[in-house]
Amino acid sequence: MLTDEEIKFLTEKAIVVRRHIIRMIYNAQSGHPGGSLSATDILVALYFKYLRHRPTDPGWADRDRFVLSKGHGVPALYAVLAESGYFPKEELLTLRKINSRLQGHPDARKLPGIEASTGSLGQGLSVACGMALAGKIDKKEYRVYAMIGDGESESGQIWEAAMTAHHYKLDNLTVFLDRNNLQIDGCTENIMCLEPLKNKWEAFGWHVIEINGHDYREIGKAIEESWGVKGKPTMVIAKTVKGKGVSFMENNVSFHGKPPNKEEAERAMKELGDTL
Amino acid sequence: MNWKKESLRDAYGKTLVELGKERKEIVVLDADLSSSTKTALFGKAFPERFFNVGIAEQNLMSIAAGLAYSGKIPFVSTFAVFATGRAYDQVRQSICYPNLKVRIVATHAGLTVGGDGASHQMCEDLGLMRSMPNIAIFSPCDAPQTREIIKNVVDYPGPVYVRLVRQDLPTITEGQDFRVGEAQVLLDGSDVTIIATGSMVSTALQASNELKNHGISARVINIHTIKPIDIKTIVKCARETKGIVTVEEHTVSTGLGAAVAEVVSEHYPTFVKRVGVPDTFGESGEPEPLLKKYGLSVESIVRKAKSIVEVKK
Repeated sequence: MLTDEEIKFLTEKAIVVRRHIIRMIYNAQSGHPGGSLSATDILVALYFKYLRHRPTDPGWADRDRFVLSKGHGVPALYAVLAESGYFPKEELLTLRKINSRLQGHPDARKLPGIEASTGSLGQGLSVACGMALAGKIDKKEYRVYAMIGDGESESGQIWEAAMTAHHYKLDNLTVFLDRNNLQIDGCTENIMCLEPLKNKWEAFGWHVIEINGHDYREIGKAIEESWGVKGKPTMVIAKTVKGKGVSFMENNVSFHGKPPNKEEAERAMKELGDTL
Repeated sequence: MNWKKESLRDAYGKTLVELGKERKEIVVLDADLSSSTKTALFGKAFPERFFNVGIAEQNLMSIAAGLAYSGKIPFVSTFAVFATGRAYDQVRQSICYPNLKVRIVATHAGLTVGGDGASHQMCEDLGLMRSMPNIAIFSPCDAPQTREIIKNVVDYPGPVYVRLVRQDLPTITEGQDFRVGEAQVLLDGSDVTIIATGSMVSTALQASNELKNHGISARVINIHTIKPIDIKTIVKCARETKGIVTVEEHTVSTGLGAAVAEVVSEHYPTFVKRVGVPDTFGESGEPEPLLKKYGLSVESIVRKAKSIVEVKK
């Protein structure tokens, strides 16, 4: 259970992370603000409370793993990694620039803390299954966490991985579904209806928890609940708001993959209590 | 060459079992074809390190990536058509981009898969894999070479693709030295060079014999490492003979013939005549008549070799 003090800490951290996201994407004039902001609170909870990791020793064999399958949300991940101490915060502004370690989508070979190269949607959950399987073979205590997008769930490979995780009883796997209801072309339910998602994951043999993905108490409770689930993987369907934290980006599909212009970036930063 | 035929797939499966005893980090994955690919042998010996993921080749490749990230050495098998075609994006993005030590050993490559026809044949796999950064590509010509390659790729620093055909092949390389990336000179000759790979190496040797009857001395080279390709040996052959005939059970446009032509055109331009599958899909049929129908024969090789020697007289 998260204490009030911890929740305060995480809430403040999330504001810092959201500022990084806006600055990075504005500076690059390229990137995905919407899905980065919707994923922020879950990543903050993981990296600053729940993950067993050592930022100064990224290869620590017993660390928990996190795979960002929805690789376009990587600005949020870069921000939490930098805030955790994996690399200098100044480097955040190299996002998407030539010679940068901060590629447009995660590159595990370039940047410490990135566990898997992702970006082609649908593949990261299978990669996470492979890591969880390795943990089982080696009888390791580490857990594997992953995040998939809702639009990403339209990919067939997600359901191949869903079957695998159930078949091999990967109870060391906790997956978040960033359910923000929007994808590039519009509302997920108009593009390719996903509901009833809970029933689908349950039918695939997963333990399913539905939460508000911006409520730290609910995020924390879901993670702790997943630790106690035996014999099956856990899916946390996290209801989120695309663009969360910046009023004019919230639920605005045009900010899926579009950077803010100067005026928008300044407005966003003002809302986040800082200047650009 | 002794004409005792042996199965490459059996050699693969048995070698995996041998390796599995010593190397505990080896894990094996298959997609519902383990009895055909022979990974079932490993599955029987080490069930705790064998994973059949069902008919889900994309998932197969990405799971292998996850295992490789975690320090395992995955050997992944299915038919070549699925391993390279269906899962191309996963091989590219999950495995090759992060340069992971995944070993894809694909069976049933080429035309000679049996009666299944074009849907199960794969004559573009070398081209698909050759186009990708980081991955090394192997194409053994017999069972002993399959064993050598499998043993040698365990610790190869990046991803690996090994191409096996379905049919048993005559033993050619028993007792010969094998080195990754080094072409083998099987027969010396001074007029023309035949460069072959995989199932067509024995046909190349037969063609060389036949060419003797026409007064032509043909050198025969076996290329078992398609990538990185042995530039030195190919250039030496281009320099020392009147031209090159390439032979492969693969489309000529992106496979061995294309690779040799690229090397020669940059380093020592000479004739490269290609024997292989033309720009077409295959069809059902028995292996020998199929190869013949698509021009993969001793006669084709002889004809092309003769044409080079004629022009350069």
